[in-house]
This record gives sequence, C-alpha cells and structure tokens, in this order.
Amino acid sequence: MNVQDIMRVLDAELICGEDNLDVEVHNACGSDMMSDVLAYVKDQAVLLTGLVNIQVVRTADMMDMVCIVFVRGKEPDADMIALAERRGMVMLKTQHRMFTACGLLWENGLRGGGKANEHLKMDL
Amino acid sequence: MNTLKWTYEVDGSDFTRAGEASSAVKKNLRKLGVPPEAIRKVSIALYEGEINMVIHANGGVITVEMTPEKIDMVLADTGKGIPDIEQAMKEGWSTAPDEVRSLGFGAGMGLPNMKKYSDEMKIDSTVGVGTTVYMTVYLQ
Repeated sequence: MNVQDIMRVLDAELICGEDNLDVEVHNACGSDMMSDVLAYVKDQAVLLTGLVNIQVVRTADMMDMVCIVFVRGKEPDADMIALAERRGMVMLKTQHRMFTACGLLWENGLRGGGKANEHLKMDL
Repeated sequence: MNTLKWTYEVDGSDFTRAGEASSAVKKNLRKLGVPPEAIRKVSIALYEGEINMVIHANGGVITVEMTPEKIDMVLADTGKGIPDIEQAMKEGWSTAPDEVRSLGFGAGMGLPNMKKYSDEMKIDSTVGVGTTVYMTVYLQ
C-alpha cells in the first residue's frame, strides 16, 4: 500500500508531505514511547503515535520513516510540521484510537516487525 | 581521505533541541555517501546518547571523527555521573523522572540501544564529575 491508501483506510487528514503520497510502505509500528521505537523498530516506514512533541519527528527521521500518523486526533505543532516538511516526511491525523488504527492497517495489508525478543537477536 | 571531524555543543536546558546534533551528523554522512546501514547505526546511537545528555547531564559536547575505516563518536558531559554502569546497561533500568517518560523517553533502553547500534562502546564515568561515552561504527 502507499501513503495515500493509509489516508483512505484511516479516514485521515493530511497535515504535510503531499508530494510523497505515492511512496510504497509495507511495515508500520505503533507506540507512544520513542525509546521503544528506537530499540525495536527495523525497516518500519510508518509510525502511529498519540505522542505530540518534536522528538517524535526526530525519532522517525533517525529511523528513516516516511510517514507519521497521529492517532486520537492529536495535532502536531508548527515546529514539528516544519521539521517534517524539511525531511520530506508525510504527517497524517486520524480520529481513530491507536488499537483501531493499527487494526485497520493490518487488515489492509500493512505488517509490523517481529517479537521484541526476536528483534534483539536480529543482526542489524 | 583525511579525517573529518565535527564538534557540537549540546544544550541541556532545552529538550526540544535534543537531537539537533545527531540530525546534523546524519545529514553530513549522507552528503559524503556513507553506506545507509552505517548512517542508521551512527544516527540512532548518537541520538540516544544526545537525549541522555539532555535528560541526565544538562548537556555536553559531542565529537564525531570519520576516517575511511570508521566513525568514532565521543559524548562528554559534566553531569552527575553513573554510579553503577553495569546496572545502567540493563534494559528497562532508568533513573529518568516521570516528566521525561511523558515525553516518550526514559524507558531504560538508551544505553543498551547505544551498545546495540555501535560496533564498540566504552563508558567512563565518575560520580560528581561526569560521563564520557565512546562509540565506534566501522565502515569496512
């Protein structure tokens, strides 16, 4: 699926990154804990989160993610949007809660990573 | 190729700026055509270290040196130091205050993650004096 499909599936609103809606994505992760995103995520292109601060964008940038979806209707501030735009990242906002948003994306073909203990054994 | 060196002052008073140095390093490495996997390892290890400096040590100085063989990172602070490094390396062990957790950090994954993403890591710490973390990512 591409980012446009995520928008459709989650009935999401585009915040920024309209030039990158055609980017293909295969994996996603959902977390409000950026420490865990940095520890366990590998090759996930989409981050679903209810956390709103600039470190969400920096974390996604460090992980080379292409899209951040804010769940529960959370709104990023102007600094976050500006940083995401500089990095060519897409930001979306959905009114769905985290569990539902993840479930809808899974149902439509997006996948997550392995289990945490499997990841720790994984070669980088 | 000569050795390239970058130095960054990390402002410990402003959590919103934490990560700016790591982001700048990532940008430099990309421009230089460093392999993506090495960039990813350096970026994540450095970002975790930078966040730690802001959370625990009121900032510090990051120095990154690159040769054709490797990227060396040194993160030096004059914070309160780590009394028990072995314990601090355990996953899930954290002394971060609750307000840090509400910002999405402080899950006790910082140091283990830095170790995981770097090829070599060494910590020198003296309580009341500060901490210096040395990390290396090999390019060949």
